[in-house]
Amino acid sequence: MSEPYTRHEYDVIVIGAGGAGLRAAIEAARCGAKTAIITKSLLGKAHTVMAEGGCAAALQNADPRDNWKVHFHDTMKGSKWLADWRMAEFHAKEAPDRVRELEQWGAVFDRTRKQLINQRNFGGHTFPRLAHVGDATGLEIIRTLQERGIHEGIDIFMEYTVRHLLKEGDRVTGCVAYTRVDGDFHAFSAKSVVLATGGSTRCWSVCSGSWEYTGDGHALALWAGAELRDMEFVQFHPTGMVWPPSVRGILVTEGVRGEGGRLTNSEDDRFMFNYVPEMFQGDHAETIEEADQWVEEVVSGKLATVRRPPELLTRDVVAKAIKAEVEAGRGSPHGGAFLDISHRGEEAIKKKLPSMYHQFMELAGVDITKDAMEVGPTAHYIMGGIRVDAESQETTVPGLYACGEASSGLHGANRLGGNSLSDLITFGKRAGEYAAKRANNLAQPSIDGSQVSKAIEDMIAPFAREGGENPGTIYDEMREMMQLKVGIIRTKHELEEALVDLTAFKERAMESFPGTSRRYNSGWHQALDLINMADVSRACALAALTREESRGGHTRDDMPTPEDEYWGKTINIIWMEDGEIKIRQEPVEEMRDDLQAAIKEVKAMIAERAKEQGGDD
Amino acid sequence: MSLKGKKQAFKLARGEDGETALTEYEITLDEGMVVLDCMHRIQHEQEPDMAVRWNCKAGKCGSCSAEINGRPRLMCMTRMSDVVAETPEGKPIEIRPMKTFPHIKDLVTDVSWNYDVAQRIAPIDGPESMDWEFNQMEADRVQHFRECIECFLCVNTCHVLRDHQMFDDFAGPRNLVRLAQYEMHPLDTEDRVPEIKKEFGIEYCNITRCCTEVCPAGIQITDDAIIQLKERVVDRYYDPLQRIWRTITRQKVRY
Repeated sequence: MSEPYTRHEYDVIVIGAGGAGLRAAIEAARCGAKTAIITKSLLGKAHTVMAEGGCAAALQNADPRDNWKVHFHDTMKGSKWLADWRMAEFHAKEAPDRVRELEQWGAVFDRTRKQLINQRNFGGHTFPRLAHVGDATGLEIIRTLQERGIHEGIDIFMEYTVRHLLKEGDRVTGCVAYTRVDGDFHAFSAKSVVLATGGSTRCWSVCSGSWEYTGDGHALALWAGAELRDMEFVQFHPTGMVWPPSVRGILVTEGVRGEGGRLTNSEDDRFMFNYVPEMFQGDHAETIEEADQWVEEVVSGKLATVRRPPELLTRDVVAKAIKAEVEAGRGSPHGGAFLDISHRGEEAIKKKLPSMYHQFMELAGVDITKDAMEVGPTAHYIMGGIRVDAESQETTVPGLYACGEASSGLHGANRLGGNSLSDLITFGKRAGEYAAKRANNLAQPSIDGSQVSKAIEDMIAPFAREGGENPGTIYDEMREMMQLKVGIIRTKHELEEALVDLTAFKERAMESFPGTSRRYNSGWHQALDLINMADVSRACALAALTREESRGGHTRDDMPTPEDEYWGKTINIIWMEDGEIKIRQEPVEEMRDDLQAAIKEVKAMIAERAKEQGGDD
Repeated sequence: MSLKGKKQAFKLARGEDGETALTEYEITLDEGMVVLDCMHRIQHEQEPDMAVRWNCKAGKCGSCSAEINGRPRLMCMTRMSDVVAETPEGKPIEIRPMKTFPHIKDLVTDVSWNYDVAQRIAPIDGPESMDWEFNQMEADRVQHFRECIECFLCVNTCHVLRDHQMFDDFAGPRNLVRLAQYEMHPLDTEDRVPEIKKEFGIEYCNITRCCTEVCPAGIQITDDAIIQLKERVVDRYYDPLQRIWRTITRQKVRY
């Protein structure tokens, strides 16, 4: 007997209600499309709330020397030149207006003395560039978009999980979802579908990701025939909490270092001075005095006249440095490094980093206004994701769009802090706009009952597996395996093992039993999530095995240096064919002449500046 | 004191649509656990279909609100060391869903009423031009309200709703904070006072400060939001001198 389901019709369906999804839906609705958001959580709970430090945009409020070219340069350099330069260009040019627009929708960013949006320093950004609200910028942005979005005539389906994309020929025509509360089924017809499902960092056991980060969009795209790129590049944020065990991985914002936080090892040595890579040689302070002077100038609102502390190197560099210190036996008691901000004083810390203060006080019993934090790397962001067209955010499947962390291209091998929130609003808007444009010219697709029935059959399969394993056990073990074998440092041997393990985990997941109730059954949801997680993890492991070098968020112990000749100009593309995940390589397209000239111009400016700030050399 | 290895009993309200029974579970604790970790352990080791709503597990999303030993708290920010210390030795720790909202299953409730009220609040209405100018002091007043994570613990605790079910007449503390955030925004021009009085029922609040006490974000809901809004209502509706002044100066306001 076939299961009943409810039908819906929309022009544009946005899956996911984080920053990217909300921004896409607002734009689609404003373009006149009948728009719905489908979110597996309640509105305003998405992972965007976890973003802390800020939103990068060359507003020129904090430092007039900044402009889109410098932001473009910083993003490309941070990406180890693998980012899609078209996306980086759109992003650098459009982010400032997207931020100002948020202000008009009610966002209250911290202010400069001239009463404008203030900007803070972050790793890899040449100038102070991050619009922020204390250390809770993500919350501010999602709340703003939520409060704007509910007045745009968008239908919002809360606690609905999409498990299948409907197709007609090669194009996407809708999706099928279950409701978490009742376990009912819904089929949506849509002229365009936007995937804004966020990332997949829940695949690792030490992660800063929220419950939702199970790679839903990545998997939906793969299953629908779309391509992924850069899946080997996973950002391990250098500073996650390490103690106590139950909070391991929770993010400690880079804002701590932006506000002058010092990283030390067990010998009280500021070790980051020893880890400046060649590519950044000369850009950073060389003495503690210079670093401290920079902090002093910046926190008092002056333009920096010396170079920044090496603590503000890009995330991949700092994460690997901490790991190296721990492995050399100079770690903190619980296997991390010390991060100290107490020298800034109680008042400044409570004002600028209030949630860090509470987080450590309440979860670890550490008063960061007096004592150092213990921090270590945590899986934080996946640079890879669904391959999209830079301008329209359309995937390789017509009618299917992606934006935010689920998409890829802007960050290449490594994302700069702050470039994620700006990514969401810049490309969320573009995705919504182009999805609505496409919908304009199309008739409402019909819902193919046989596809819906098949999707529902797959969804209810777990209920019939009486005697199967608890999905929670598989979830825990799979995440541990990923942490161990596809973690921050990888080897050929371990990656090969991981691929074998993932096959076994997927088989176990397909046999797991969550009980028989359909009502708010967390085990059932998990049993289904495990399938995406296994496929997305495989895409990551396969790409990591293929890239025989180390670059950005991908480090191979057996090939520790970057190989610029081939891999410096090549990206991995992943797709699925007959249920098999496949991989191929594509060369990076040569940058447009005017952008190359912009890069040269910025490089010359930075070199000039370093010379002035560095003194005599 | 390390809790590693300690056996701990829990009593969880399990069931659907308000028909719940306290069911006992025992797990072995690890160091540094929070209550939500224990719920996950029960799910992963014993009861996969137990319903718990959660997202971030870092005190930032406000999804995992529950009543722990009768006190409304976030499960992700409540350390087991504190709960064990407050629970009499040998007694189980009791965890129930928020009482004020319609029950769905186990620890999950239907909080959609809060979203319905939010929908009725007019959005910000400020200048058309970009680059709004206001200073940090003006920002401070509003930013404090915007730290709300929408856990709805304040709503759950409010007598007007919990005991008197005035859901049709009163907006609840969370949405009064939202109204305060707009009302005190330096550049918002929307006049919200009549709605705050009539539609959102500010006068029902009798300032017992229970909402402020349970706020995990530390927002001074009563003093900074509700009392301020009450004063604006009083100024408009009940202050005779202000009325006379408005008549003399021909100031037009809505009532």
